[in-house]
Amino acid sequence: MIFQPAIIALLLAAGISLFMLLAAAPFAVRVIRHWDVASGSERQLQLERLTYLFSTLVAFVCLVQILAALLFVFNADKMSVMFVGAMCAVGALNVNAFGFPALYAQLALFFLATLWLAINHVDSRARDYPLVRLKYGLLLAAIPLFALSLYLQLQYFLGLKADVITSCCGSMFSEQASTLASEVSALPPKPALIGFYGGLCAAIGISIWHWLRPRDGSGYLTGIGALAGFGAALAGILAFVSLYIYEHPHHHCPFCILKPDYAYQGYWLYIPLFTGAAAGMSAGVLRLFSRRPTLAPIINITSRALAGVAAVGFGLFLAVATLMIWRSNLILLD
Amino acid sequence: MPMKTWIEKQRHLIDFTLASLARRKAKNLGLLFIYTLLVFVLASVALYAHALRTEAQKVLASSPEIVLQRLVAGRHDLIPPGYLEQIGQNVRLRGVQKMEGRLWGYYYDSVVKANYTFMAPRDMQIPRGEIIVGPALERSRGLAAGNGISFRSYSGELHTFIVAEVLPQTSELVSADLVLMHEEDFRAFFKYPEGHWTDIAMSVANPQEVRNVAIKLLSTLPDSRPILRDEVLRTYASIFDWREGLMLALLSAAILAFGIFAWEKAAGLSAEERREIGILKAIGWETGDVIKMKFWEGLLVSLLAFLLGYVAAYLHVFHLDAMIFEPVLKGWAVLYPRFTLPPHIDGLQIATLFFFTVFPYTAAVLVPIWRAATTDPDTVMRS
Repeated sequence: MIFQPAIIALLLAAGISLFMLLAAAPFAVRVIRHWDVASGSERQLQLERLTYLFSTLVAFVCLVQILAALLFVFNADKMSVMFVGAMCAVGALNVNAFGFPALYAQLALFFLATLWLAINHVDSRARDYPLVRLKYGLLLAAIPLFALSLYLQLQYFLGLKADVITSCCGSMFSEQASTLASEVSALPPKPALIGFYGGLCAAIGISIWHWLRPRDGSGYLTGIGALAGFGAALAGILAFVSLYIYEHPHHHCPFCILKPDYAYQGYWLYIPLFTGAAAGMSAGVLRLFSRRPTLAPIINITSRALAGVAAVGFGLFLAVATLMIWRSNLILLD
Repeated sequence: MPMKTWIEKQRHLIDFTLASLARRKAKNLGLLFIYTLLVFVLASVALYAHALRTEAQKVLASSPEIVLQRLVAGRHDLIPPGYLEQIGQNVRLRGVQKMEGRLWGYYYDSVVKANYTFMAPRDMQIPRGEIIVGPALERSRGLAAGNGISFRSYSGELHTFIVAEVLPQTSELVSADLVLMHEEDFRAFFKYPEGHWTDIAMSVANPQEVRNVAIKLLSTLPDSRPILRDEVLRTYASIFDWREGLMLALLSAAILAFGIFAWEKAAGLSAEERREIGILKAIGWETGDVIKMKFWEGLLVSLLAFLLGYVAAYLHVFHLDAMIFEPVLKGWAVLYPRFTLPPHIDGLQIATLFFFTVFPYTAAVLVPIWRAATTDPDTVMRS
């Protein structure tokens, strides 16, 4: 099933991204070994000039990966009509063993890409490029992940044969199964509801706090809060938000809400959620470098702005989820 | 405040970029034209294939969930008398709402050199000696309601029918070559043995039961071949996807050529542009600013080309019936139905198209842009 337009596009994106990073790798090694901003040597000048090229190139790759994550999920959902027993993305991803790993790799790339973009942003604003070694070290470290993602996608897409009977979301997310996802969905609605609202409100509160007073402590907490809020949000979607959307007490699938049958409501949830989580985590990581004198003012501004984005993203997610619960005809709790 | 200054800055950059684009009209219009053409071709393929897919889905939506055929030596054979009843007695099929034998067959008309589908519908009352014909027949044989027409049957006899009605154009995709007649007429025309049927149509209310019913049928009637609507749908969808993907793969040569073209255009900076960048840097622009400007230039050209190409493709597919790609994507038949496709735009499709056009373009112009942006002002001004 390689001749599907979206599959060709995804493989093209993954392939060209990996190729570009590999092209940047020798340069990254040179930067890590020879970068010396105090020197005025020919080599340093050349390196500085080349960083413009490779920073732009990697930023481009990161943007493409963010878009590819969206396209991957979108495509998995669309492909489900091709497989017997698959009713949404879960079925399509379960067709062979590489579907879910490919999704997880793509999501990992998404968060890595946003983090790299945030670091690049502050680094290119400081006069002495203090994070340039870290940036290119991160790039080298990311290459295996990019290669893995391409490998998993290739294995997944090449292994797809239309009509294979696959397990559908009904069996994977039903309460009896013993996978991790099913345990989360089996959470009784009430504690899940408390965790969901508690976790998200905490994440929003900490982000606003950091936005008001950008200090290290609140910054780290913003990062941790974003991670916790992200977890609480996913658990909440599995445990009860999806139930309210489907108006069905046992259908926990987090992918079916992306379908046109449910008016693409999932995108309204996931896009703000992922934006908020990525922004909050990046803010937390950036605070790690706030001690460097040339970076401090820039990081103050950036982490504050990122915390603002996180607060808005999580807030939007919470508002949309609450609206969906409110409008639903399902009654889970009296 | 920083947000506002940022937006201000981008606005000025865009202003500057637009003016600089307008200064080199011929070069940029050439690029825009080629870019638009590429988007147009790719978008036409995608839109047309998608419209065909949705049309096939719509057509099949009202067909029975299961069609049961009987096989003899691996070939499709008639359903003998008693077969239907046997299913009712031996196989307890829960969930099957309705089960009935169908009568249909093909007739080759040597006048127009095409096959018609003859059918005796169970849910319509057609008087003996009269037929109802599809729109393609109306066109090819010049028929209208009230006309008489004769067909020479396979046994050599001539049968004459009166056209009672022509089926409406709206259903043309399914009814183009259709001839509906009374059951007795059908049996007499084809000398169809009494009590035999062509196949059996079953409707199953619960979609999750369809597979179980089919499995049960296969185990109790090993000579039967159940064909599921879902399978037909899936097959259509994957055929159209495959054709579309194949076209796109073939067109990847064009995408590659476009990438090289874009690289050349971006790399071949004129002396004037070089001077312009040199002056900008001399008056205080940074390399990053020049890259930003070039980025806006690329984005503006891309978006414009994408918009123009997509709109042109939309018009081409839905108003001109996709005349360029029709033969490849649609398939072929003598009495091919004439149909206008319902306009349909799909998010996945736009995202995919974006990956096929803007992504290669940006990848191709990155290096030339960097080269231009890092030129030293003094080298430029001295040369």
